[in-house]
Order: sequence, then C-alpha cells, then structure tokens
Amino acid sequence: MRYLRWLYQGVILDHCKRPRNRHVLADANRKAEGHGALCGDGVIVYLKIENEVIRDATFEGRGCAIAIASSSLMTEALKNKTITEAAHFLESFHHVVMDSVAASCPELGELEALAGVREFPARVECAMLPWQTLNIALKDDFPPLISMEPIAAKVDNNQ
Amino acid sequence: MCGTVADGPRQDSMKIESAVVRSLAKTAFSTPSWRRDFPILIESGSIYLDNAATTQKPQAVIDAEAEFYVRCNANVHRGVHKLSLRATEAYEGARAKAQRFINAARSEEVVFVRGATEAINLVAQSYARPLLKSGDEIIISAMEHHSNIVPWQLVCEQTGAVLKIVPIDDAGEFDFDAYDRLFSDRTRLVAVTHLSNALGSVVPVKRVVDSAHARSVPVLIDGAQAISHLRVDVRLLDCDFYAFSGHKVFGPTGIGVLYGKAALLEAMPPYQVGGDMIRSVTFEKTEYNKIPHKFEAGTPNIAGAVGLGAALDYVSSIGIEAIVAHERKLLTYATQALAGVPGVRIIGTAREKASILSFTLDDVHPHDVGTILDHYGVAIRTGHHCAMPVMQRYGIDGTARASFALYNTWEEVASLVAGIHKIREMFYS
Repeated sequence: MRYLRWLYQGVILDHCKRPRNRHVLADANRKAEGHGALCGDGVIVYLKIENEVIRDATFEGRGCAIAIASSSLMTEALKNKTITEAAHFLESFHHVVMDSVAASCPELGELEALAGVREFPARVECAMLPWQTLNIALKDDFPPLISMEPIAAKVDNNQ
Repeated sequence: MCGTVADGPRQDSMKIESAVVRSLAKTAFSTPSWRRDFPILIESGSIYLDNAATTQKPQAVIDAEAEFYVRCNANVHRGVHKLSLRATEAYEGARAKAQRFINAARSEEVVFVRGATEAINLVAQSYARPLLKSGDEIIISAMEHHSNIVPWQLVCEQTGAVLKIVPIDDAGEFDFDAYDRLFSDRTRLVAVTHLSNALGSVVPVKRVVDSAHARSVPVLIDGAQAISHLRVDVRLLDCDFYAFSGHKVFGPTGIGVLYGKAALLEAMPPYQVGGDMIRSVTFEKTEYNKIPHKFEAGTPNIAGAVGLGAALDYVSSIGIEAIVAHERKLLTYATQALAGVPGVRIIGTAREKASILSFTLDDVHPHDVGTILDHYGVAIRTGHHCAMPVMQRYGIDGTARASFALYNTWEEVASLVAGIHKIREMFYS
C-alpha cells in the first residue's frame, strides 16, 4: 500500500491533472515520436536547441498518469540544460526507475517522485516513454537552427 | 513472483460501499461450492476478474495432466506398445469429450489446434485461400478480436478478396439490417464472434448462420470467449466452423479446438505438413491422412488435450445452465453497482451480455485503474483488449475490463467497486 501511495503521490497527480508544457512547440528544431508497445499510448517531444543548449522543451500526447507526469516533469527539467547534461540526466532517471536497489538521486529534484514506479515493473515503460522519445530527439541529426520552417510545417502536418 | 498481496481491501471495502452496493448486497448469493476446486484462488488470495484473458484451472485439470505423464506418456498413433496405446486412447478420448461438449456429429470434426487463433488461421489458409478470387468478399463484424480480423486481412492480401464489416450500434449490438445488406454474389464466408471479448455482447449467431446459409455462404464462429459462458451446440447452430481455446474454459494453454463440418474439412488441403498427417509418402507423391489427422501434423499437445478433456468434463459436471445463472447474477450486480459510481461509463450495453464488464473512469487512464486495483488485490485487464477497432468505434484508447467466471463471488465484485471508489478519492480529491 505504501508503494501505491509512493507512486500516486501529490507531485505525480498534480502533473497528471495539470501537465506543464503540453503543447506544440512552433519553433522546435528537434522532434521525436514515441509509442508504448503495451498500451499504444503515444507522446511527441519537441525541443528547441540553440548552441547545444535546450532552450525550450514541450510534449504532446495521451497516456496514463505516469506517462503524462513523467513527460511534464521531464520537459520542466530539461530547460537550459546542455545536450550532454540532458543525456546524463536521462541516464540518472533511467537508473532511478529501473534499479531494484533504491538509489537516491537528489539532482533529479521533483522527478524523484517517479522512483516509485520501480515497484511496478509493468509501469516502468510508461515512465520511460517520454525519455526514450527524448533520446531519439537528442540523437536527431537535424543541424540546430537550420531550416526551421519546414520542421515547424512538418510538425503541424502531423497534428 | 507469487508474493503476498499488499494490504487487502476487505476492511476498507466495507466502509466505502455505496448505497447501491449495500442494497444489492442484501440480495447476495452464496459463494459457489465449486470455487474451492481452484487451488490458485485459495493460494494467491487474488480477486481474479481477468477471466476473459485466461481462466484458472481446477484441481481435476491439474491432476489429469499430471496423471497423463505419470501413467500414459508416449507418442500417439504410432507405437504398438502399451504406453503408446494408452496415450492414444487418452488423446482420442479427449477428442470424444470435446465432440460431446459442443455436440458435434462426429469426433473427426474436432481438430486439435493450439487455440482459437490457430483455428481461425487454419480456416483462412486452408479453406478460404484456395477458394478466394480477386473481388470476392468475407464478412466479419466490427467487434471482432484481432485474431478474427488479421487472418482475414492476410488472406485478402494474398487473394485480392475484400473484407466487409458489419457495424455495431452504440450499445454494442450486431446490426442485422446492415449485415443482410452486406451480402453480394461475391460473399464467400462470414466470420463472427459468439461473445465479444471487449464489450460482452452476445451475438445471436444462430440468426447470423441462418442469414448466411439462405445465401449458401458458410459461417465460422469465434467461440474463444463464449465457450465457458454460453451453451455451444454446433449442430443446433448449424455453423460450418467453430473455434475455441482450451485455456479460456479452465483447460491448459496451448490446446484448442477447430470444429468443422466433415465435408468441408475433407475438401480442404492441410494447413501444416509433416508427420502423423500422411497416409503414404514417396518422393514423388504424398497421400494425406484422413480428417482430423490431416490437420494435426507433428506430435500434438497430448497432455494438453487430456487436460482440456478434463476441463470440459468439469464444466459439464456443474452444468452450463448453473454457470450461466450464476454469472448472470454477478454481471447484473456488477453492472448496477458500477453504473452508480460517478465518472464510470460502461462500454457495451447490449441487451444480451455475458461475463464481461468494460468501463472507463473519467480522467483516469485504464492503466492507472488497473495498477491501483491490483494493489487492492483485484486483477482486471486494461487496454484495448486486442480489439482496437472496437476502441476506435467508441472513440477511446482503452477500457478497464472485469470479466467473471463460474468461481467469482459477489464479495469480489464489491471489492472491485470499492477499489473504483478508492481511485476516485485519489484522483478526484
């Protein structure tokens, strides 16, 4: 029972009911789509990167409380991180939700709320969904700040 | 993996029952005596409401499989030795039990397969594929499981045939007017579920068959869900094929039945080829064995068939009427109790329903419903239930689905309802 409370705690329910940054990012120069194999839920992550720094991050999509809260918290945390920092951050998050031994990771801040998901193996995929999508977006070979309009147009076409 | 269930819901559930639950509880019926035949229900303490996915196994089935390996194990239809004869007798005995259970005219009309999915693929590839020409049509309904959609899509791709879909109405009822209009002189086959796994609608399949036969079109019925909840009499239905899985009728996984009328099966080429399905082989020519062995290439799931035979005996010993009556009370109780919970929307409100109660809870994703109920010890299924077109029909991503079997109790339904109240408290506060 305490695990359930741990998972469905205030931070997660708050971000699930009032997700931050849940909209199309018109001037994004990176974008990736991810789908949960189990649930079929999908998320799109948008990034605006300038000089290797994530200036803005948003997402769109439908999903469970865990996936939406994870997306919301992730996009909040990414702002003003360098690509290298973001990749490192992703790794820390992955450890926190996957490792069977509870490892505290203060740098994750509010995202640590999602650590409870490790007690729910069937739901780890939900928490990881936006992060795996972020990983694709970060590896995207689009040169930053070039041909912005076609990308924005492509984004619109996919709505 | 079979750890203890976290803090149980029992005490809590009593406190938070709604008025409707309390009033319904007054008309509570007793726990069926056959519940104690299922050791896992006692062992796990789990409130198992995921019977549409698979059913639990009574001790009689577990014993029958073990007994086979202790007393009879050998290959079938081959040896002259005692064990092989015993194994053959057990395997063919199971076929006779399946024949009686569905009231087939002859035991050769019962083909053992891995499950309903394989049965439907067999018919698609061995019956439909050789017959279909470009522009021919197959009719299915809008509430089929993927396993009664995709095999037909594949055979359509292979032959140029076209799939026609019978719509359902908002309640989840099969639209007979539309069905009758879908027939053309190119219709070659109808394949329809007997009981929808996502909605719980009982399809009046006798009427489906009669309409098709009036136009000389054969009918396959997907009985995967129906087999443990409805009486199945293939001669009364006069269907041409009937498919079901053993594991959904308290039998083992990996065994199921394709019933086919003998004349059709005899005319069909084999589905898979190899040992046990041939009469004679030379490098120039192979003569196939007679039905049903023509469709059972390789060593079959002998112990699985024996377990299935025991499961069908078990169901018959209780009697399908008693099961139908018990499950109807459970479903009525659960439907009324859940319908009274604010935010709950029941998906599938056909007049005739069995076993299955699909629902959504406003602003809560079905996965969250499933995870939280699981922590109260209640096992349900969440998601699209391998029926994505049904979800699209209702404009939803998925549902939470409780599905009942003969061993479920009203207390278990009360725990489900109590759990939904808990979720509301958690999400709506």
